[in-house]
Amino acid sequence: MDAIGPRLMLLTPEILLFGAAVVAAVLGLSRRHSIRAFLPIFTCLALVASLALMPITWTETRANEAQLMLPMLGAFMKPLLAAIGILLVLVSAGSVDRGFEAAVARGRTTFDPQRVVAGEFYAFFLFSLIGAMLLCSATDLIWIFLAVELVSLPTYIMVAVGGSSRRSGEAAIKYFFLGALSTAVFLYGFAMIYGSTGSLELQGIRTALAAQAAGSGIDAMALAGLILAVLGFCFKITAVPMHFYAPDVYEGAPTHVTAFLAFVPKVAGFVVLIVLLACVGWTGHSLVDGDGVRVPYAGLPTPLTAVLWMVAVLTMTLGNIGALLQRSVKRLLAYSSIAHSGYLVIGLLSGGAAGIEAISFYLLAYGVMTTASFAAIVALERRGEEINEINDLAGLRHRQPVMAWMLAISGASLVGMPPFLGFFGKVYLFVAAFEADQFALVVIAVLNSAVSALYYLRLATVPLVAPPSARSEEVQLVPSRWPWVAAVVCGIGTVILPGFLNTLVRSAEVTTAPAANTTVESPAADTSAASLSSAASERP
Amino acid sequence: MSLIWTSILMPVIGAGLVAVASPRLSKWISLLATLGSLAALTLFAFEFPAWNNGQHFPLEAGPAWLDAAGIRLSVGFDTVSLLLALLTAFLMPLCIIGSYTAITERVKEYYGWFLLLGASIILAFAARDAILFYVGYEFTLVPMTILIAVYGGTERRVAAIKMFLYTFLGSMFMLAAIIYVAWEHRLSSGAWTFDIDALTATAVRLPASTQYWLFASLMIGFAVKVPLFPLHTWLPLAHDQAPTAGSVILASAMLKLGTYGNYRFALPMAPAGGTEWMVVVAVLSIIAIIYASLICWVQTDAKKLIAYSSVAHLGLCMLGLFALNPLGAEGAVFYMVNHGLSTGALFLCIGMFYERYHTKDTDVLGGLAKKMPVWACFMVLFTLASIGLPGLNGFIGEFLCLGGTFIAEHDGQSGYPGVLGPRFAVIAGLGLIFAAMYLLILLGKIVWGPLREPHHDSAHDHAAVHTSLPTDLNAREILVLTPLAVACIWLGVQPQPMLKAIEPCATRMLAQYPDEVRRLKGREAQMASDAADETNLVQLPQQGEVH
Repeated sequence: MDAIGPRLMLLTPEILLFGAAVVAAVLGLSRRHSIRAFLPIFTCLALVASLALMPITWTETRANEAQLMLPMLGAFMKPLLAAIGILLVLVSAGSVDRGFEAAVARGRTTFDPQRVVAGEFYAFFLFSLIGAMLLCSATDLIWIFLAVELVSLPTYIMVAVGGSSRRSGEAAIKYFFLGALSTAVFLYGFAMIYGSTGSLELQGIRTALAAQAAGSGIDAMALAGLILAVLGFCFKITAVPMHFYAPDVYEGAPTHVTAFLAFVPKVAGFVVLIVLLACVGWTGHSLVDGDGVRVPYAGLPTPLTAVLWMVAVLTMTLGNIGALLQRSVKRLLAYSSIAHSGYLVIGLLSGGAAGIEAISFYLLAYGVMTTASFAAIVALERRGEEINEINDLAGLRHRQPVMAWMLAISGASLVGMPPFLGFFGKVYLFVAAFEADQFALVVIAVLNSAVSALYYLRLATVPLVAPPSARSEEVQLVPSRWPWVAAVVCGIGTVILPGFLNTLVRSAEVTTAPAANTTVESPAADTSAASLSSAASERP
Repeated sequence: MSLIWTSILMPVIGAGLVAVASPRLSKWISLLATLGSLAALTLFAFEFPAWNNGQHFPLEAGPAWLDAAGIRLSVGFDTVSLLLALLTAFLMPLCIIGSYTAITERVKEYYGWFLLLGASIILAFAARDAILFYVGYEFTLVPMTILIAVYGGTERRVAAIKMFLYTFLGSMFMLAAIIYVAWEHRLSSGAWTFDIDALTATAVRLPASTQYWLFASLMIGFAVKVPLFPLHTWLPLAHDQAPTAGSVILASAMLKLGTYGNYRFALPMAPAGGTEWMVVVAVLSIIAIIYASLICWVQTDAKKLIAYSSVAHLGLCMLGLFALNPLGAEGAVFYMVNHGLSTGALFLCIGMFYERYHTKDTDVLGGLAKKMPVWACFMVLFTLASIGLPGLNGFIGEFLCLGGTFIAEHDGQSGYPGVLGPRFAVIAGLGLIFAAMYLLILLGKIVWGPLREPHHDSAHDHAAVHTSLPTDLNAREILVLTPLAVACIWLGVQPQPMLKAIEPCATRMLAQYPDEVRRLKGREAQMASDAADETNLVQLPQQGEVH
């Protein structure tokens, strides 16, 4: 069980980023303006370097030696986090310390290291990303807990220091307290899981749960622990019942931090949930043990399935209905992000290879299109203030045609309009749901998509079609061009990436690639023959 | 195969060029692109080998788009889809020429979106992969929504949003149904595919109860697009608000996606469901015919009137399809093409006088034959074609649809039993009489009678229009209408070649139906005799008691 060597190799990108974060924190204190302005570029470069390291360090053999639950989950999720992370750095470039830097440039004040936060901001930015990446190589509950806290704690600070408005302080406090509550909930769950299975290691938990399932069924304490853990992580993925903070925090936080919140903690939450549920497994799927024997999974116990089902349905529905009522574009996107979590939980519930792949691909699509819409909003301002009212975007195409188009494209993609990226994410999720016989969920998701068309259509048509008002005439670009660039890159990605669907899906399928000892197998191989014969007998 | 992709990609490339060209140049670029698309399709039609066998050509699968789910870029036509694609490609350049003076603002965007609209409709007709079809089918919404929302009338945003939401909700159900069939295919064969033929082969083997729901969810998607009676309310508003060319493409090509979807997906995939729902659809179609006709009768807005007449006409088309015999299906397909020609032409005619008078109100306008004799000739011709005057194209389709409905009762009639029969045909026939009445009333009001013109009180914008356009049609407008008139007359006089080409397709589409309908009838007969037996059984002891 000496897995330290391969594990350290797997963690090289994170170690590199950690070094970069420390350097960034120091660079931010420099007296020279050019060095401080170099910070976002430095952060980008660090992410690019770690992105380049990932395929080299994350190999199948190492992942297997490290005894991971899903060995290749990180081979997709980590590059995804790094790539979207690069775009998110661009989104935030120029927003942090903006007022102070402008004052320094105009000579109204002298530089004071105590009044700049950019260094800390980018350091925390990287720390949070590191936490999400670490989750991909989690092997035990302690690791998960520490990594999740590493994702969360920096985000509380980012919300507070990322902008200058008073509301961001309120949002940070709210986010912190509710985040701490959710941590308590899932930690309680972890404790119960440990109490029932006697193991903190995921592999050990899996073995114990399989033994319980083979005996008198999964223990009530383990079950309660799993349910509490799932509910606790609902906070990270902004799912019902822990979603209620999202609109307030997303609205109160500076928009570029909101873009971060809408993606990174969500990926982290889904990675944890996938790994955690993989300990129990999905009905109809099997895993191959060390001797090459196929052991069927216990399958998600009914109470857990019921909880996930409720979470999926309520999250989709409340998210979409909530979004209908919003006048603030940030709140609208917050509710939209809740609704998308609901769709993603369908993948979680369906599980198995198809479900995990569908979640991976959907997270990619969601990351690109959500970042496009947030970046377009960050790129705009009205009288030096962030855009908040959706009506401020009216007639945007007269003043900023490119941003108007990017908002329209991301709206069309978020609603699932073919041939944009979001459509294929949805198709993939439906496929997974059908594989798991979740017909009712598909119908509910379909109805929800139709409801979501109402507000996404507004997001897409207000900038393009509505006549400009006196308020919206004052909307202009922010001085920094980087958010504009990020919006254009993501918008073009939404249109172009469906052309490379094969490549993308193959990389998403890596997450469940067969490995030596713990693999989620799709039922295709072993059940297709059986279903063929049963189909033949049922339908002559 | 490359010719098909040429016809789809020419407008897309054209749209790309329009985006960078000057507004003046963009008109000509888009005309060239649509003509190129039409030329490519025409060339393809000349070398199309499957006119007489109802098969698809080319048959080989296209390159993979998404291996994991078996989504392929397969395109190919059978006679029906080729005819509808040709219709679309034929109308596109006419619409573009027809928009030259009507569109004065945001010109480049207009032509760009218009080209994308045409391309996605042709893609939907050409697709042999269900997801590819869905991409074309659904993407039509984006350009159409923008065309209506930006270039439409005073209520344009409401109209655009209503159209989008109705269609989007319907097609999401359709998408779920398609993925469900693909999943069943994966279960039975072990591989994912979205090839329409393979999916159809799988779907017909599903149990009847599954097919019932499958048909229902496919039908929700297509019924919105057709539009069938309770789901039609978006259409008159969309037509009323859309710019002329948008109305033409909406009525002539986009609505056909709904009937085509029935022909290609709903009916062949779920025959057991189709027989169960047949009567419901037929009744809704008849309600659409009668109800829309009655609305037309009291309608004073010329464009809304034609829009409601579309609802009625497509109701008849659906009735023909759901007669479930080759005669009705042939008539329905023939009618799809002809409705596209005559209604499209009527919308163009109305657009032409709207450009001159800025009103479509038939109470304000009248006797235009005196001022615009050439226009009046065309208007009368197309109205008569729409009414279904023998010798013009509308007649054949209507007659066959009604005929198909009429004979859909006699068991054994050319092997296609049905349940509709003369009752349905007679009521639907009433709709034709209504159609003659309201369309002739429209003609009487705006073409003949004393000359009535709107007062030029707000003269500033009228003046601009009057200087740019002569009183009667100019050469450009005549150029737009003439090909349509020729096609209407030609198809009215020579329908036989086209009908012969459609027949094998219709037979192929209905391959499963004679048995299914017989099974349904047998079951009903069985139930009737069971009921009779039961009464006998109940009566027997009673008789014993009496003894």
